[in-house]
Amino acid sequence: MTSISSAEVADFAPARAPGRPRSGVSIGFAIAALAVFASVPLIANDYWLNAILIPFLILSLAGLGLNLLMGYAGQASLGTGGFMSVGAYATYNLLLRLPELPLPVSLLLGGVIAGLVGLAAGLLSLRIKGFYLVASTLATQFFLEWLFNQYGWFSNYSTSSSISAPRLAVLGHDLSGPIGRYLLTLSTVAIVTAVAIRLVQSQTGRTWMAIRDMDTAASVIGIPVASGKLKAFFVSSLVIGIAGALWAFAYLGTVDARSFNLDRSFEVMFIIILGGMGSIVGNYLGAAFMVLLPILLDHVVSGSLGGAIDAGQLENFQKALFGGLIIWFLIKEPNGLAALLLRGRQWLARRTAP
Amino acid sequence: MNFFLETLVGGLLAGVMYSLVAIGFVLVFKASGVFNFAQGSMVLCAALTFVTLREKNIDFWLAALLTLAIMVAIAIAVERVVLRPLVNQPQITLFMATLGLSFVIEGLSQIAMGASVHELDLGIVDTPIKFGDIQVSQFDLVAAATAGVLVVALSIFFSKTRVGISLRAIADDPQAALSIGIRLQTLWQIVWGVAGFVSLVAGLMWGARQGVQFALTLVVLKALPVLIIGGFTSITGAIVGGLIVGAGDSLAEIYLGGLLGGSVSTWFAYALAVAFLLIRPAGLFGEAPIERI
Repeated sequence: MTSISSAEVADFAPARAPGRPRSGVSIGFAIAALAVFASVPLIANDYWLNAILIPFLILSLAGLGLNLLMGYAGQASLGTGGFMSVGAYATYNLLLRLPELPLPVSLLLGGVIAGLVGLAAGLLSLRIKGFYLVASTLATQFFLEWLFNQYGWFSNYSTSSSISAPRLAVLGHDLSGPIGRYLLTLSTVAIVTAVAIRLVQSQTGRTWMAIRDMDTAASVIGIPVASGKLKAFFVSSLVIGIAGALWAFAYLGTVDARSFNLDRSFEVMFIIILGGMGSIVGNYLGAAFMVLLPILLDHVVSGSLGGAIDAGQLENFQKALFGGLIIWFLIKEPNGLAALLLRGRQWLARRTAP
Repeated sequence: MNFFLETLVGGLLAGVMYSLVAIGFVLVFKASGVFNFAQGSMVLCAALTFVTLREKNIDFWLAALLTLAIMVAIAIAVERVVLRPLVNQPQITLFMATLGLSFVIEGLSQIAMGASVHELDLGIVDTPIKFGDIQVSQFDLVAAATAGVLVVALSIFFSKTRVGISLRAIADDPQAALSIGIRLQTLWQIVWGVAGFVSLVAGLMWGARQGVQFALTLVVLKALPVLIIGGFTSITGAIVGGLIVGAGDSLAEIYLGGLLGGSVSTWFAYALAVAFLLIRPAGLFGEAPIERI
């Protein structure tokens, strides 16, 4: 009986791979990865930057935000799209109404506003747990979608439902070109990731993990569960809000409530489940998978069956295949791509060891 | 006052339609702890299959029987291919798997049967009936009666048959149930099959109301607040939740929608559900889990 009830409580806790802590990416590896990404504009063309690298980086960032909440603090949420839209609309209005603020400050403030909205939504988590919490985060998602559509003030009374983003510039440098937007995204993602890695290794991160693993036990040994949950909601929504602002300004070039719908929430959740819950690297792996897979499917399917079936059928086929891949993946590696990477590294270490 | 009553009754009856979908959720969650997001695509799949068979001039009852057979086949396949390998995984993983499953079912059923909108005529005349001063839609009354029959049938199934009692045993204590020789996997197939039957009924009702089309999958999102209010584990809860959501939704649309200057129906049911949760965190009829360390 005891074993069952503890299993029930631990349901949202991702199993951890044995060995080194997941977030422990070596500093050398991180610097090397950053150097590679920073030198990409030298070789990549605009298509790669616009269609693959920029959305990949932004989705990784959104994944990181959700992973802090879901993978580290164990509070599942489907409000990601809503929080992204808060970040986007808040940054848009800051750029519009307070043009004297530099872009990084507007971006951060937009994130903070999203964080505060997340904090308000997080108040529910003090009382509600598990799937009831998941379903109630949908309330936030639908309310925010409705709010931005309903009241024109947020979009500066624009007549069309999407509004074009203001010009992006930092210290007089124009960042509107693909390379500029790419570098803006890359530096934001790098800074936020560095902060997040420090955060999950700090006291706060340990509090989150204690809450995730078993919140009743955590409260019994005196861990501040309520403030820990609220902190997780704030930080997570802040990161997601920044990702939303980047999605609107650096990727789409417009602020459009429809691009932050429930499908986006599901997409980000797919990223962290496929990538690995409770893992920082996992977000990048999951986002790469989500961005590259549809492109790959498109090439393979249209290459092998090109023209034989119409576009609607092709879309249905892709959908079914994608769903099947997700199920297959969950069965084969429920701890995500990060666990796969870890196993690969261990295998390599064994092979290279004398 | 009459207008208020008419809105209220209309809302209550519309709520029963949500309950029809929510019952399918409850069945699966109760027996296997799986939050089955694919319930909406099962509704679509059942309605599409039925309507395609009917358009080939197949008799009503034969078409219903064939559709039911296909839903049971899907249930068995899902248990074999998806649930069995994922047994003992965290609930959130199983939830994600049903999300993937919903993509597969939606994609495959639209490949097989097309994505166009089909008319579905069940032969129910939709003329309003007058009760005193209040007009009530006849179709809604039939839907409510169907839901009522379904609930009674399911409660007899759960309390009187051997299979039903085994299902309750599994819901109560899986390990104890396994240790007295109850076959978990067979029962999961049965319960998914029953959920398939429920989605057939829901698919027919919803399909007749708004046409058989892709939008049918969205009824899941309408059924979720119903589930939260009633609790994930109670069929009675699904009905009561449906009534509350239906009544709240249509009253809010009239009285609150005008105040806020727009349609509030996308989120009001959720806000209502959250309000209920703050008072009863496991829903009105749900069982609050006992936490042990």
